[in-house]
Amino acid sequence: MKPFATLLLRDIKLAARSGGGAALALSFFALVATLVPLGVGPDLRLLARMAGGILWVAAVLAALLSLDRLFQGDFEDGSLEVIALSPLPLELTALAKIAAHWFSTGLPLALLSPLLALLFNLAPPATLILFVSLLIGTPAVSAVGAIGASLTLSLKRGGLILPLIILPLLSPVVIFGAGAVALSLDGLSPGNALGLLAAFAFAAMLLSPFAAAASVRLNLGS
Amino acid sequence: MQFLFRYANPHNFMRLSGAVLPFTAIATVLCIATALYLGFSAPPDYQQGRTVLIMFIHVPAATAAMNVYGAIAVCSLLSLVWRHPLSDTAARAAAPLGALFTALGLVTGSLWGKPMWGTYWVWDARLTSFLLLLFIYLGYMALWNAIEDEVRAARAAAILALVGAVNIPVIYFSVQWWSTLHQGEGIISGGTAPVFLWPLLLMMTGYMLLFLTLWMVGIRTAILQRRARNLMQAAGR
Repeated sequence: MKPFATLLLRDIKLAARSGGGAALALSFFALVATLVPLGVGPDLRLLARMAGGILWVAAVLAALLSLDRLFQGDFEDGSLEVIALSPLPLELTALAKIAAHWFSTGLPLALLSPLLALLFNLAPPATLILFVSLLIGTPAVSAVGAIGASLTLSLKRGGLILPLIILPLLSPVVIFGAGAVALSLDGLSPGNALGLLAAFAFAAMLLSPFAAAASVRLNLGS
Repeated sequence: MQFLFRYANPHNFMRLSGAVLPFTAIATVLCIATALYLGFSAPPDYQQGRTVLIMFIHVPAATAAMNVYGAIAVCSLLSLVWRHPLSDTAARAAAPLGALFTALGLVTGSLWGKPMWGTYWVWDARLTSFLLLLFIYLGYMALWNAIEDEVRAARAAAILALVGAVNIPVIYFSVQWWSTLHQGEGIISGGTAPVFLWPLLLMMTGYMLLFLTLWMVGIRTAILQRRARNLMQAAGR
């Protein structure tokens, strides 16, 4: 357990201290949320109706920004090979990286979302559902994203191809996450949607470390 | 397994596929021509009129698009688990065909939707999940092309194909859940009359034969390209 925690803390520290990973993602998130009213007009009723979907899409895109660096920094300076040699299985390494990405991106995005929901005039109960759905769903974004990040590891411009690979696979997350908010706006129980979202997130966290580890292995040439 | 590996040798595969190819090509033409004749001679549907003809090229394209993804997933599994040497080439050759069938299904579907639903596009469960399937195909092909090292590209693409195979049913289910949340617009249901069913089934067979033919041509081309490259490299030395 100790190597896992060490790696997790190291990656969180790296994300926090180099280039301000979370701050960048948060600014991007807030900027997209600002641009949408500029595009569709300031009608608050319309914006409240759209808030769940817009904020969910913006959050997924913001999380994508830092994904291509998930393994690449360590790959380029060679530390990924050292990490691969450690007693920690590569699957758990991938899981630690996924968790670190969530702590430095998904969690801050979820924490910021109530503030942005306020700007969209989203009703308080629906805001709570949005917050909870982001909290549950963003780990799936990090987990599925890790597969894409490891597949595009050796590419110089992997950042361009990564979204094309990952976004279709993430459509269930957006559907259930934004769907939960829409259900709560209609006065229905969002439990069903949140449950499905949680199920998807658990499955993604359980399975994607294996896929990510396999593709890291092929890129290390072993 | 034994059978599969006998034709893993490119030389054996070239011999077998060269012998089979003319027959599948002729069978393709026969199937599609008969289906077209039967389709055009079928009476107009009482609701859809002549636009029912679009069904004969639309539905087989949609089923073919899904079958091709299945073929890619099986090839990827063979390549990852048993290191079957030809299956990477096969998976790569199948992808553009699958993307084309998906695009054909989407285009013909929207051409049918204009007179029937009054709009080219509705965000219906099937249309949406097919659009996502097209993007999955495009991402898969882009990954193949992006990685220069052929062995790495093959294994990365195989992993992606299997991840997609696990995820596609989930996407389909979730899109369906989403579209019932938004009240589905047009749901086509009910049995199909035999005058329409026979040409349709023949057309489906024709499409699959067409895929098989083009797939073999694609694999053969890839093998020949590799041989030509090796020869050129040898001559260069």
